[in-house]
Amino acid sequence: MTIGLGHYLAVAAILFTLGILGIFLNRKNIIVILMSIELILLSVNINLVAFSTFLGDIVGQVFALLVLTVAAAEAAIGLAVLVVYFRNRGSIAVEDVNLMKG
Amino acid sequence: MILPALFFYLFAAVCVASAVMVIVSRNPVHSVLFLILAFVNASGLFILMGAEFLGMMLIVVYVGAVAVLFLFVIMMLDVDFVELREGFMQYLPIGIVIGGIFLFELLLVVGAWVINPQVTKTITAAIPTNVSNTEALGLVLYTKYIHYFQLAGMVLLVAMIGAIVLTLRHKANVKRQNINVQNARTPEMAMAMRKVASGQGLQDADAAEWVK
Repeated sequence: MTIGLGHYLAVAAILFTLGILGIFLNRKNIIVILMSIELILLSVNINLVAFSTFLGDIVGQVFALLVLTVAAAEAAIGLAVLVVYFRNRGSIAVEDVNLMKG
Repeated sequence: MILPALFFYLFAAVCVASAVMVIVSRNPVHSVLFLILAFVNASGLFILMGAEFLGMMLIVVYVGAVAVLFLFVIMMLDVDFVELREGFMQYLPIGIVIGGIFLFELLLVVGAWVINPQVTKTITAAIPTNVSNTEALGLVLYTKYIHYFQLAGMVLLVAMIGAIVLTLRHKANVKRQNINVQNARTPEMAMAMRKVASGQGLQDADAAEWVK
């Protein structure tokens, strides 16, 4: 009944998969896609912290802190781009992002 | 001994369930609220693992900043979210197939995997036993990893400036102070002497120049 490293890795794997699934299911809604990316980064953080504490090495927690920083910056920039895009086009549907005909 | 296991399963189950609700709920506001629940439970998992500082950090950063940012953006944008949900069922099969493959691979990796005994000899910074987690993190973060710490600060600064530059909007009809023009102003530019004929007042031709 003791909880080991594998349990935490399994939770992180499930969260990562749910994040990927979220990107596929909500292909039109970019806000939910951003939230799915946050879930993926959370699962990465759980992995880092699990390895850090079970191996007795604190560097993993330092790295998790840096991942947290980048995740916050990414959310801020992503939402700012979203707001500017909505002002220009009046829509946030992913299909409408075809201004450059790419 | 049974209590940590119980709490692990509680936090893990609520975390996974709220992550499911994040991606399937109809209303994005509910998605954000479930995201907050998922992060709170993940921070519970962090505390169970013994990383208290990161657990608290997760609550401060995600619940305090990121989730509020999401909520503000969702409420600010007037978007028909029902329309955005079209095609949800259409993408469900391919999503489940790819997600299933991903989960299967990840669980295979987790299941068949062992720690190399050599790895415990190459630990970079061992967790000290006589200090708290926050202190232990600070002892390495501000000494050995100070450059990474400062780089993280630079990332946040760039993100902040970028977000402001992207969303700042200059409206054309708002009067603003232009200090250079004010300082360069001379009496000749500001005043004009006019001889107004007695009994006639100011003529229209003069007035146009007058108010310029």
